[in-house]
Amino acid sequence: MSKAVSEMSFEEAMTELEQVVGQLERGDVALEQSITLYERGAELKAHCEAKLKAAEEKVAAITLNADGQPTGTKPLDPQ
Amino acid sequence: MDLLDDPTPGSNTPEFSVGEIAGAVKRLIEGELGWVRVRGEVGRVVQARSGHLYFDLKDERNVLSCMTWKGQIPGIGVMPEEGMEVVAEGRMTASGFQSKFALNAQTIAVAGEGALMALLEKRKKALAAEGLFDDARKSPLPYLPEIIGVVTSLQGVVIRDILHRLRDRFPRKVLVWPVAVQGAACAPEVARAIEGFNALTSGGALPRPDLLIVARGGGSIEDLWGFNEEVVARAAAASDIPLISAVGHETDTTLIDFVSDRRAPTPTAAAEIAVPVRLDLLAWVSEQEARLRRAQEQGGTRRADHLRNLARALPRPEALLAAPRQRLDLWDARLPAALTFAVQARRVRLAQRGALNPSLLRRAVSEDRRKIEGLGTRLAPALERAARAKRDKLDARGLNATVLNRRLEQAQERFGNLSRRLASVARQGVSDQRARLDALDRLRETLSYKATLDRGYAVIHADGKVATRKTDADGAKAIEIEFADGKLSIGSAPSKRAAKPKPPEQGSLF
Repeated sequence: MSKAVSEMSFEEAMTELEQVVGQLERGDVALEQSITLYERGAELKAHCEAKLKAAEEKVAAITLNADGQPTGTKPLDPQ
Repeated sequence: MDLLDDPTPGSNTPEFSVGEIAGAVKRLIEGELGWVRVRGEVGRVVQARSGHLYFDLKDERNVLSCMTWKGQIPGIGVMPEEGMEVVAEGRMTASGFQSKFALNAQTIAVAGEGALMALLEKRKKALAAEGLFDDARKSPLPYLPEIIGVVTSLQGVVIRDILHRLRDRFPRKVLVWPVAVQGAACAPEVARAIEGFNALTSGGALPRPDLLIVARGGGSIEDLWGFNEEVVARAAAASDIPLISAVGHETDTTLIDFVSDRRAPTPTAAAEIAVPVRLDLLAWVSEQEARLRRAQEQGGTRRADHLRNLARALPRPEALLAAPRQRLDLWDARLPAALTFAVQARRVRLAQRGALNPSLLRRAVSEDRRKIEGLGTRLAPALERAARAKRDKLDARGLNATVLNRRLEQAQERFGNLSRRLASVARQGVSDQRARLDALDRLRETLSYKATLDRGYAVIHADGKVATRKTDADGAKAIEIEFADGKLSIGSAPSKRAAKPKPPEQGSLF
């Protein structure tokens, strides 16, 4: 519960969200803590959702010079 | 013996110079043989500092020198390794300079599938021995990579399959590093692509992928051979970015599959391994949200219910207090009577014991105290007085005793002295007296009449008395004549006393 949610990877946020839900469902937390957990869960869920919505496709092929060194990219249409 | 060359007449053996014969051999070899395919086992392999490659091909009895020039190496196909069964293709050459012929091998291929598999096994063993296949080396794949680097050919269906599958599951940023996926260029290009992706930095012009897929479609073992090359396997093993290998079909296993962090059976499968399904995740997130809300609500409901139950179970305050209040009332009513009764009883008992009047007690006590105080004041002086008297008496007695002792000692001393003196005086006196006595005795003896007896005189005793006159003897009843040697009695025997007259001097001594 220490890391800021906005800095989390999708997987980290997902793992913690699972824990938070599990903890709340077990119902063995104090009322105060359950409120904190709920808020944390909501934040984590929003973060996960944002990560999922931000899915964009961007495909590029690396262009190489004669020595095989990358020089840049060119768009690649996957069709 | 012919010392000089003297061609035998009639001989038509032509004569060559060395250069001519060398040239002839070269022409013969290169002209007649030209481009050849040679199959054999690779012997010693040397890559010279110049970059040219020298190796031997051999069978049981023969050895063929081979060389590949530096510029030809990229297209050689398979780098020869000692013990490898190969088919080398190239041009036969002869060198007049060294009187040698050799094969300039321009392509080398492993001779047959069995030989290739044997070679692959050998490499696998070597890399496994180095620990490159160890599970501990394998890094976990990111759950949801942001950028995926794909090493494959831009041509063909493989890249399309991968991109399509990625789009279906979870559209991501994809960087494709184009490489040759077969032929001699394959292995070095694939190795360079893996190294190149690892060399990218997160903030660079090209973003660094957090997952790599090395992919190739199916093909023959020769087609896939580039992915069996050590250089590819080593690059994959050295990759810091987690790497999925997807080469050929499910049944094809290449060397890179052993060192990659994950092996996918096909390129499409690699895309599936690479990313989760976005819609599933969205559903999962919604589900989590629902569970979260439900859990929270249930938590609230459960607490409210619990609270209500507890509240119901809680008894009314009046009920809690009723019984104690009743008891209080009861005792409260009985208290004044009890108190009065108790005082009464005590007063009676007090009255019965009249003597036990506080003022009397006080007086007795004060009287006793006064007496005690009076005695107390006298106690100290009396004690002192008695002590002094005792002390005086003790002192007096103690003094007399010492004086007496001293006197006794003095008396004893004097007594000692006197007794010593007495003893010495007595001793002295006795001896003196004895000496005087002896002297007197001697004198007496000289003065004694007895001596005269010896000279013939006699002494007449009459009745015991010395008779010097005749008158003395007249009338005497007994006369004794004393001679020197005895007495002669005449008449009656004188009395014994008279017979022993004592000299007169005897009496004057005492």
